Amino acid sequence: MNPLDRTAADVARAVNAGETSAAAVAAAAHARIAERDPAVGAYLAETADLAREHAARVDARVRAGERLPLAGVPLAIKDNMCVAGTLTTCASRILEGWIAPYTATAVQRLLDAGALPLGKTNMDEFAMGSSCENSALGKTANPWDLGRVPGGSSGGSVAAVAAGEAVVALGSDTGGSIREPAAFCGVVGFKPTYGRVSRYGLIAFASSLDQIGPITRTVEDAALVYDVMAGKDPMDATTVDLAVEPAAAGLREDLKGVRVGIVREFGLDKLEPDVRAVYERAYADLERLGAELVEVSLPTADYGVATYYLIAPAECSSNLARFDGMRYGLRVEGADVGQTYEATRAKGFGDEVKRRILIGTYALSSGYYDAYYVRAQKARTLIADDFKKAFASCDAIACPAAASPAFEFAAKADPVSMYLMDYYTIPMSLAGLPSLSVPCGYATPPGARGPLPLGLELSAPLFAERALLGIAHAYERGTRHATLQAIPPLPSAVTA
Amino acid sequence: MSATLESANAVVDVNGVPYEAVMGIECHVELKTATKMFCGCRNVFGAEPNTNVCPVCLGMPGALPVPNRLAIELVVKAGLAFGAEIPAFSKFDRKNYFYPDMPKDYQISQFDTPLTQGGVVPFFLPDGTAGSCRLTRIHLEEDTGKSSHAGSRDGRIAGSTHSLVDFNRAGVPLMECVSEPDIRSAAAAVAYLEALKRTFVALGVSDVKMEEGSLRCDVNLSLRPVGAAEYGTKTEIKNMNSFNSVRRAIESEIARQAAILADGGRIVQETRGWDEAAGVTHPMRSKERAHDYRYFPDPDLTPIEFAAADVTRMRAELGTLPQTRLERLVREDGLSLVQAQQIVDTPGLADFYDAARACSGKPQATVNFVLGELSRLANERGTPVAASLVTPAALAEIVELTEANAINSKTAKDVLARVWASGGSPKAIVDAEGLAQVSDAGAIDGIVAGVLAANEKTVADYRSGKTKVMGFLVGQVMKQSGGKANPTLAEERLRAALDGGA
Amino acid sequence: MASGEIDVAYVAKLARLALTPAEIEKFGAQLATLLDQVDVLSRLPVDGVSATAQVIPQTNVARDDEPRPSLDRETVLRAAPQREGAYFRVPRIIGEDA
Repeated sequence: MNPLDRTAADVARAVNAGETSAAAVAAAAHARIAERDPAVGAYLAETADLAREHAARVDARVRAGERLPLAGVPLAIKDNMCVAGTLTTCASRILEGWIAPYTATAVQRLLDAGALPLGKTNMDEFAMGSSCENSALGKTANPWDLGRVPGGSSGGSVAAVAAGEAVVALGSDTGGSIREPAAFCGVVGFKPTYGRVSRYGLIAFASSLDQIGPITRTVEDAALVYDVMAGKDPMDATTVDLAVEPAAAGLREDLKGVRVGIVREFGLDKLEPDVRAVYERAYADLERLGAELVEVSLPTADYGVATYYLIAPAECSSNLARFDGMRYGLRVEGADVGQTYEATRAKGFGDEVKRRILIGTYALSSGYYDAYYVRAQKARTLIADDFKKAFASCDAIACPAAASPAFEFAAKADPVSMYLMDYYTIPMSLAGLPSLSVPCGYATPPGARGPLPLGLELSAPLFAERALLGIAHAYERGTRHATLQAIPPLPSAVTA
Repeated sequence: MSATLESANAVVDVNGVPYEAVMGIECHVELKTATKMFCGCRNVFGAEPNTNVCPVCLGMPGALPVPNRLAIELVVKAGLAFGAEIPAFSKFDRKNYFYPDMPKDYQISQFDTPLTQGGVVPFFLPDGTAGSCRLTRIHLEEDTGKSSHAGSRDGRIAGSTHSLVDFNRAGVPLMECVSEPDIRSAAAAVAYLEALKRTFVALGVSDVKMEEGSLRCDVNLSLRPVGAAEYGTKTEIKNMNSFNSVRRAIESEIARQAAILADGGRIVQETRGWDEAAGVTHPMRSKERAHDYRYFPDPDLTPIEFAAADVTRMRAELGTLPQTRLERLVREDGLSLVQAQQIVDTPGLADFYDAARACSGKPQATVNFVLGELSRLANERGTPVAASLVTPAALAEIVELTEANAINSKTAKDVLARVWASGGSPKAIVDAEGLAQVSDAGAIDGIVAGVLAANEKTVADYRSGKTKVMGFLVGQVMKQSGGKANPTLAEERLRAALDGGA
Repeated sequence: MASGEIDVAYVAKLARLALTPAEIEKFGAQLATLLDQVDVLSRLPVDGVSATAQVIPQTNVARDDEPRPSLDRETVLRAAPQREGAYFRVPRIIGEDA
């Protein structure tokens, strides 16, 4: 079997056991990318030489007797994460051609554990978007239907894993950017608790919301990657000094004794009938596996999108100020420094980025700071408090990851309609909670080429990754939406 | 219009009405840490450009700040030294603005929760009178890179074609001290700055070298009629690069404002740059609109919370403050202000002096040796007094021996030099080598007789009116006595012999 | 809570973004729509609620004053849009503002 079609757990086991070499895996990955990426467009830049270098090192270490948790596992990396010596662009013109001089801590930990860096994947520019259409440097298609978006902003990473062009990928999630595309492409996407994984080397969008997380085919793989990546980093003051209880060891096979909260405000009646049916079945499956379903309430959940679209842009307007044409990246020379700033940023940033910088600057500006930014942070407190109360009566909360399956390119031209794609994922981000999407079925909207995946979002209290991954694993194993074979049937345009 | 600018209060006559100058001073002080505020790059002056830089202090994508614990403690100590309050909670905020020497186009600073609040800086004016200035706050922030402007005749921004930026300084921890408008004269301003410098150096908080940029200050200055409650319109003066510049700039600005007011004009609120060469201030380009810095708490950093026990510990670690020492030296030991300042400002000298004075019980005599011969030796040998082999007890012995006239000053110097090099007890050396001053009149008379007999011509010169030759004769008596004669007594006995005899 | 008109030109200046008149109009309309959506927050009872200062409350995270390796200067300057010798070269600055 092609190693790209296996799970990470399987590949690592095989490489550690000497059944295959990391070099062979790297070669298979390179061939797979050449075969499929012209249609999918998951990668902005393949790093084949780097993958081979790392493969050689892994093989040497394994020969010397080491057993590496991610030995030879092919890894795709979202292009907002610095990897020394690689082009790191955030899919933006303003960083086109920039080579990072250092490697993000989270990535380094995976590389040290034996993962092979296959390349940098496409994304919405500076992680702002829910479809990957805001990329200035490439177009990524959903492997299930090439006329549809993969979701965003981690669209490239998700498409790579779904299309078998990587076994695991790293994405980043600020308001749903791992979970929503994972749902759209039928893979597992996991956002850990804020502060569990270092943000050093992750190019910042919204500092109080960004988290790096794994995108995989199975929950077990997500747990494996999380265990290696998580933990305090002296280079990131917001990481927490809490022991990481190995999640891979906490995976369970049933849900007996688990209480799962169903959110009253996330009523399924708002969804299209075929989508609703999938989620009703998902909730029924949870019960079948032994879970007790409990109704919980998140009265302020409806305020999530508004809250997020003040806080995230405010932070991003400050984080993106450094892209000014002075020290790196694009410079459009003007008559003086002021004109250079303005021309550089006008040319270098796409419309969505500009919109968010404008709204963010406005929300922080004199006279508006209290009414917008501070008020949004108070709303955030209320949302977090709602979750605390809800978790008093349940161990995890279940809901749709997105209201619908993947939509067609250009279907959501109006920015605000795009923002609503994150309705179900934003509240968990605001509260910093660990949250993931796991495949839970399919829907076939009119005009779709075939069935399109849907994702079940599971969220847990702060720092309860172990329990969360355990619950997700039981659900995954007890349903048939994700099989070990794990590669969805690809349209013939890709496999031809 | 006359101005008395040397005293604590500068009063200018504006058309017969006495006006006073009211000033507040804002200082930026670079902290003496090994590394920068938010990254591990070295904090050193004068390195090759752009060699102490990293992703964090260059504001590269993905980099994150992690604060330097020592920098935080140094600011707190600085505040405690002046009796400031240390609030239990403090945080960092982002100050957003664009400038080419700003790596992130925001500066990590503190807006509404500074590390210290309040406090008072006591100082002595040159004439010895005491003054003080209240502090508003001290907060912690990061320094910017340094730009030099190319293409203009004088290196200034105006007329330049482009600029060159060095980021070695970017991220260096900076303490901003803001004073209340309590300063009333140029002399007081300089005394205030000297008091800050003295304290910061003693605490190891900073080197405070204006020439190296580790102290930068801006002065806010306005005039108002003496006794008025309201403030006049103020100007902000920048670009002073020494304490002397500060003094001259203030004097210049007081005169300029007074002249405008005397003419019936109004002061324009503006920033003015001091031109050292021309000796005047020029208006700096006024801003079109006030900056909207859009301050908000930095989400990448955690707040700082001090437990009462931490503050107590840091207060205990302050040691004796230089101002306290100055006051004691002047008031209790009777030293002059200049002497006291020299003692306090030389590293290690104050402790040495205190210990020596405690042994000798004679402050003035002790300080004369410490600032005199001992400091001379320190300069000559290139070693600080405290690092030499002279112990405070040894110096106290020299003082006692000299005060008791047991040795003369030349012997004292010789013995001191020997103890400097090889240690030991001056008393023991004097005893062992018989270096005690000869103060017995009879013994001296014997030597005098011999000297007069051997120098008949000189004696004749003296008797014929050339009294200056006494010096030579005294020297001869010293020489004949092996340097041990009491020179005062020698001269006395010589005169007695010359005037009294035939 | 004011959901009035944003002075897009002013905000763009603060953010150092050059916008064409057409863009000012387009973004103005889009941002006005967003602000309308965001206006729901004015209905939330936030009296007595503290603003979230940190998602995961921590205090006093700091590092020791220990040196770490700096970057190699050539690597740094090679990425600069313009350099002059050992320096970053930037266009001329006008006055205090830039």
